[in-house]
Amino acid sequence: MTPEDIEHLAALLKARSGLILGADKTYLIESRLAPIARKEGFANVAGLLTSLRTRRDEKIIHAVVDAMTTNETFFFRDKTPFDQFKSDVLPVFAKSRVSGDIKVWCAACSTGQEPYSLAMMMDEARAQYPRMNLDITATDISERCLEKAQAGLYTQFEVQRGLPITMMVKNFEKVDEMWRISPKMRQAVKFRKMNLLDDLRGLGRLDVIYCRNVLIYFDLETKKRVLEQMATMLADDGYLFLGAAETVLGITDAFKPLSGMRGMYVKNMAANASLRPSMPLRAAGAA
Amino acid sequence: MKTCLVVDDSRVIRKVARRILENLQFEVLEAADGQEALDACKAAMPNAVLLDWNMPVMDGITFLKHLRKEQGGKDPIVVFCTTENDLSHITEALTEGASEYIMKPFDGDILEAKFQEVGLI
Repeated sequence: MTPEDIEHLAALLKARSGLILGADKTYLIESRLAPIARKEGFANVAGLLTSLRTRRDEKIIHAVVDAMTTNETFFFRDKTPFDQFKSDVLPVFAKSRVSGDIKVWCAACSTGQEPYSLAMMMDEARAQYPRMNLDITATDISERCLEKAQAGLYTQFEVQRGLPITMMVKNFEKVDEMWRISPKMRQAVKFRKMNLLDDLRGLGRLDVIYCRNVLIYFDLETKKRVLEQMATMLADDGYLFLGAAETVLGITDAFKPLSGMRGMYVKNMAANASLRPSMPLRAAGAA
Repeated sequence: MKTCLVVDDSRVIRKVARRILENLQFEVLEAADGQEALDACKAAMPNAVLLDWNMPVMDGITFLKHLRKEQGGKDPIVVFCTTENDLSHITEALTEGASEYIMKPFDGDILEAKFQEVGLI
């Protein structure tokens, strides 16, 4: 792998997905791209990288971007964001949303464990909130991940990570050596391909956004742009959930942390008033 | 320090589980079948039991039924850890009073997550 090849790959990833390739990622590149190099008939990863520069084959570019994104996820990851939804978000919306509909967006949902966890959580809370309905849209840049999410088919290893056994028994059926989530849960989540660098407003007005462990892969400017666009889409009394190690501090003042609620953010109304007219977008030439 | 009784007829599995559990600050006891496990429980009830299903002399589910009839036998939190991975086995285990269920193969992350789930950690 030449430094030029790696530099070109880094530029390509940033332009296509926002992903920042850190220094010294030779091992990551090698391990993630070796299967594609093999499949496409290149002698090695270096050959694949060189062809990325010279041939610009869209199919291969797609496969490379897909393989370089991190898809690590599991059911009820970190637990707290789901507990908070049940104990702090639902009671508030039970009063403020007369229709009972709450619109939730899981941004960068990977293989679907996060939206399905929310759907299962809501199903458990149904007795307490009979009129509430979660309208969950889950998006990701990776078609490979979305296919798996839509199929709702998980390995034994995946259903054991974070999923309480009673919920597994209730919501999954065994299909050979895999576990498939119930049609009821599959119907509760709409999956859609979406790049966070693009115009996100097609999702409409949202009550809750989960965007966990995604922004860490972006540079400061991209983080800011994505967060500020989310602020314009979120209802004024809505909630944003970020990953446990993430923050808006030092990035944008469109959101402010909710005191005592780790990972939960609300809109900073004063800042949003000035933000709205000049929302930065890729289409407007921001990057 | 909480105690966990590891019940499995495989010495290798007991050793793996012991290492994981000791790292999680448990005092670990071992039994090679259901009867040995029942004797150990009669002597002193552990806080937790990590329980295999298929074992010689007495299997895991029979042990669990006996345990729950013993004095103080409703106290230990029982987590199955077995290759039996169909819904009928899992449902039977839960019906008989198991709190969680691990399908082998397992690793430290799974065991830790399951023990967290039932409040042992």
